[in-house]
Amino acid sequence: MPDVAFWQGNEALAHGALAAGCRFFAGYPITPSTEIAEIMAEELPKINGRFIQMEDEIAGIAAAIGGSIAGRKSLTATSGPGFSLKQENLGFAYIAEIPLVVVDVMRGGPSTGLPTKAAQQDVMQARWGTHGDHGTICYAPSSVQECYEVAIKAFNAAERYRQPVLILSDEIIGHMREKVVPPKIKAKDLLERKRPVDVPEKFIPYLPDPRDDLPCMASFGDGYTWHITGLTHNEWGFPTNSPEEIEKMMKRLMRKVDRFRDDIVEYETALTDDADILVLAYGSVARTSLRAVHEARVRGIKAGFFRPVTLWPFPDRELEKLARKAKTIIVPELNCGQMVLEVERAVHGKAKIVAQNLVNGELFKPEEILSVIEEVA
Amino acid sequence: MASRYEIRFAGSGGQGVILAAVVAGEAAALFEEGLSVVQTQSYGPEARGGKSKAEVIIAKEPIDYPKAMKPNLQVILTQQAAEEYAGDTLPGGRIIYDDFFVTSLPQVDANIYYLPIVRTAREKVGNEITTNMVALGAVARVLELENIVKPESVKKAILAKVPEKTKQSNSLAFDEGYTLFKNSIHL
Repeated sequence: MPDVAFWQGNEALAHGALAAGCRFFAGYPITPSTEIAEIMAEELPKINGRFIQMEDEIAGIAAAIGGSIAGRKSLTATSGPGFSLKQENLGFAYIAEIPLVVVDVMRGGPSTGLPTKAAQQDVMQARWGTHGDHGTICYAPSSVQECYEVAIKAFNAAERYRQPVLILSDEIIGHMREKVVPPKIKAKDLLERKRPVDVPEKFIPYLPDPRDDLPCMASFGDGYTWHITGLTHNEWGFPTNSPEEIEKMMKRLMRKVDRFRDDIVEYETALTDDADILVLAYGSVARTSLRAVHEARVRGIKAGFFRPVTLWPFPDRELEKLARKAKTIIVPELNCGQMVLEVERAVHGKAKIVAQNLVNGELFKPEEILSVIEEVA
Repeated sequence: MASRYEIRFAGSGGQGVILAAVVAGEAAALFEEGLSVVQTQSYGPEARGGKSKAEVIIAKEPIDYPKAMKPNLQVILTQQAAEEYAGDTLPGGRIIYDDFFVTSLPQVDANIYYLPIVRTAREKVGNEITTNMVALGAVARVLELENIVKPESVKKAILAKVPEKTKQSNSLAFDEGYTLFKNSIHL
């Protein structure tokens, strides 16, 4: 690992994944995420890992799930069109409780959309793209340095909570190069899934540990027999129609993110102490927004900045506290208004919400956000 | 240096404008101390011939907005790019035009340098593919005048980047571009 690097966001994300202990990648290349696959293809064989280019995105996530079940930390990376294809198997990983990291470097949609242009149109798909109730953990990096850091956090969360964890990057963050100082990662910084301590004969694969409500996970090939299904199952992993067992499984699945919400939620603020106006933004748009907020301050407007690092779970309580003081919250997004819905839910009418939307493939310019700040000031 | 120095390379796909920006960024990030550096690009789905633009921002402080707002320096290698981007230049900033592909210069409040970038690559280096390195040589001279990045750092970044067998021609192209700007006077 170099002391200082000049990496693209995608490169930093791949190197972060490797530092997190990722040893298996399966996927299908797609702009603007391809650099992640390229780096994993180059680096994994050097460290006894494996890279497979599959026939499509569906097979990519399926193989990554298999890699995780075999005991290796696994990654797949894609963009919007591939993220759509992965939704079914993403649901499988949620119900079967398979640790996995899925990266979506967002581009314009719907469908094939804009391969080389930035967008933030997959925010709600990340939360609800696969059918059925489930908790979602999703990070949105806004710098190249943070791409490296959230890769490590995402793998840790996947291992800790035994579920897929998402990283929503975007074309600008993915392809932008920045100076990065990769933090030195020690073994204690990395979390590993809990392995069974009982003998195989006593192994109950989905029996939660009373201390944290989470089951331990055996690897295929370790001698533990384990039935894995996409059907709603009991603690032995077998399909069930018993209302008690169904409810037990579903409630525990949902509790994972709720119970550890405070450990998972991350956000960043600037100049919020006396702010009348908040600009809430994530990913590449956060960069423009911070600039606009600083320029508004120069003009004597009390503007502040709020950036969710985890889009899901959304830092709703933290935002609500600030909304008691701020009169207006501006939510600029490269979509037609997705995260703004969550902002509305979070602030309970305590502040006026102004959506600012851009879907022309470009990034907001600071003066565009500044002009909305000036309008509401 | 100013609190934020913005450079934009603009031309058409295949001219190497993105690589030029990446190398300039690497020079500032890896071979100078204490600078924040961001490099971005914008291009279409086609591999050759489409519009291509790449930017580098260098600052002493952390950089928020990652794109150029009013470039201090623009290197413009096609007529189309001249018409689209010349007007963005910071008033009093610099524009380096290629004198072969840019034939009509827009009226802009900037110091204009009309230099044989492509012709130098073709005639003195013997390979038009080195156009971007000639351009980078000229940029290195500007960054030296602005006291931001040393020319040796840019050269180091080039040599660290390019394949062994092209080191000599890329190095020559850089030197030619550097000299081209050093001996130039703006219009």
